[in-house]
Amino acid sequence: MKLILKNAKKYNEDKLSNIYIEDGKFAVEFAEAEADRVIDLKGATVTPGLVDMHCHLREPGGEYKETIKTGTASAAKGGYTSICPMPNTNPVADNAAVISGIMKKAKEADNCRVYPIGAATKGIDGELISEMGLMKEAGIVAVSDDGHPIKNAGIMRKVMEYASDFDLPVLNHCEDKSLSEGAMNEGTVSTTIGIRGIPTAAEDIMIARDIILSEYLNIPVHICHVSTKGGVRMIRDAKARGVKVTCETCPHYFTLTDDCCETYDTNFKMHPPLRTRDHLEAIIEGIKDGTIDAIATDNAPHHADEKVCEFSVALNGILGFETAFALGYTYLVKTGEISMERLIDLMCYGPSNILKLGRGGMNIGDDADLAVFDLENEFTFDKEKMLSKSRNTPYDGWKLYGDTLLTVMGGKVTYEKLC
Amino acid sequence: MGLKSKDLLGMKQLTADEIMEILDTAKTMKLVISSANKKTSHLQGKSVVTLFYENSTRTRLSFELASKYMGSASANISTSGSSVNKGESLLDTARTIDMMGTDIIIMRHNQSGAPHFIAPYLKASVVNAGDGMNEHPTQALLDMLTMYERFDTFEGKNIAICGDIYHSRVVRSNAIGLKKLGANVSVYGPKTMMPIGIENMGVRIADSVADCIKDADAVMGLRVQLERQQKSLFPSIAEYAKFYAITPEMLALAKPDAFLMHPGPCNHGVELPTAVYDCDQSVINEQVTNGVAVRMAVLYLLMARRNQL
Repeated sequence: MKLILKNAKKYNEDKLSNIYIEDGKFAVEFAEAEADRVIDLKGATVTPGLVDMHCHLREPGGEYKETIKTGTASAAKGGYTSICPMPNTNPVADNAAVISGIMKKAKEADNCRVYPIGAATKGIDGELISEMGLMKEAGIVAVSDDGHPIKNAGIMRKVMEYASDFDLPVLNHCEDKSLSEGAMNEGTVSTTIGIRGIPTAAEDIMIARDIILSEYLNIPVHICHVSTKGGVRMIRDAKARGVKVTCETCPHYFTLTDDCCETYDTNFKMHPPLRTRDHLEAIIEGIKDGTIDAIATDNAPHHADEKVCEFSVALNGILGFETAFALGYTYLVKTGEISMERLIDLMCYGPSNILKLGRGGMNIGDDADLAVFDLENEFTFDKEKMLSKSRNTPYDGWKLYGDTLLTVMGGKVTYEKLC
Repeated sequence: MGLKSKDLLGMKQLTADEIMEILDTAKTMKLVISSANKKTSHLQGKSVVTLFYENSTRTRLSFELASKYMGSASANISTSGSSVNKGESLLDTARTIDMMGTDIIIMRHNQSGAPHFIAPYLKASVVNAGDGMNEHPTQALLDMLTMYERFDTFEGKNIAICGDIYHSRVVRSNAIGLKKLGANVSVYGPKTMMPIGIENMGVRIADSVADCIKDADAVMGLRVQLERQQKSLFPSIAEYAKFYAITPEMLALAKPDAFLMHPGPCNHGVELPTAVYDCDQSVINEQVTNGVAVRMAVLYLLMARRNQL
């Protein structure tokens, strides 16, 4: 298979050029007559394929929400070529057999490179460390208990120590559950609408603990979806001291605040919860100064029955693949907060480096993973056109820049916009 | 005449004018309750269903009597003995009631926002009879009616509310409604039962029961749910009664003609000593009558709106 993308504007170059792809790799120039397909990009912007280090594909066990096939198609529509699903499936992805099953389904779907994250403890119940070595052989790139953070510091220490034997990063969703029995951020809005609150302290306390353990043990730790200014400040200070801590945030934490919950719209319910404006500003500051290493989606499909219900009963989480780049571009690059290069660091090289995936190369011989975005024209995001099986997005009807035109993974077109 | 919205979801959704219209109408309705022949035709040919997911004595009964005094067909469903126990979703249950030609669904639910969630899906008017920790608008309206019978205006009046502020939908509805009419609301309770950011709802957080009640025109006690003790929100009933109750000494700090209210049910000897509950300043029993009057007014004004459509 030989593919030519003509009139491509690489995100970090001003001039237009042609991109040649042969046998799944970026190749040297060849004649147009030899190509199986030639696509004229007409000056649209090309980036390396995006990497999402934190998502949920729901398979096995939650196929009524999403499957590996539909989830990876949704990711491809967002410009992603590599994604890392969390282990909170049913059964839990805490053993090599489940991981192998995920890898097999991902291969069949062939929409994305799927790098699973294994459970840090058996059954993600925070007590016994999982078979990390065997899972690594089956394909995992990190361990995490995701939404069930390891509350016992002694177990967290053992997880970090054991995972480091296998060079597996530990990703922790930081939340002290003893402080967070609520359904949204604790503050004026939660008080006004009578919803129990989740204080920022619940997140900050566990971030502090993990930084202390990382510093003491000299073992890396990665903080998932940071949403608080306290978290950003502690991670910034820790990095300055040389602690091996990295972190991610998600588009909703730099585009939405807890005011959105006022109407009890469950598409604004997520964990960690949407915070107040001062926290949103701190997240953007952390993105700008390099404290935050990655933008992940925390893509969390849920069936309508789990979202069209009472606010406190609704499940946490929103879809993210199909809006992440456009939100990043519209709210960070177009607003002048960061450069396009920095956005690509956050959405490709940053997560790839933390998980040692080696993605994002665009030189001759590298895997041909790329995405093409329309940065010039505004588009209206329409949830009915999503490729996910679910529809739980708060961004329906938003006017954004950065619609995906084409996604190529290993030389194969995995998404193209028909227009 | 009538309310602007199809539903009565909370004091947040009412304007000052609508609140005053409800209170004025309720004063008239109160005459019906005290008359020998308690029958009007305001709701003749209408159907009213109460759907209660939480226990209730006075709210439910006052809604049922209010609708019956005005001649409606009324029925009630409670969570035991209905399809709710078969796992039917709230929305399905509400739609089922709606499809039986129901004009008004009065709902109490343990989840904040539950009536807001179902209302847009239904033809029937939804009246919030208490949703989680959010609002209890008809309680606030009956409290305000009780005040309105004694005040010429709400402007500048000082209202003190003491007790479990965090879990109280009564406080939230009163704070919102009273503020819209220009009253000053002070609140006090153990810090474990004070919600973060309550001052941003326009109320003053007092330093003590005494500070809260001092110079008040009206004082409101709140029920302390005794099971909160199990969650370590207060150490013992004895300690609560000693430091947080509205005692005669505390009540004496209010203005001389101030009166005492309580939404009930009351834990005698916990938030109020029995002597205070029964004292001359107490209007707690009159609040109950006003509850029927205000609910008659609300049901009538919701139907008045529908009749104009």
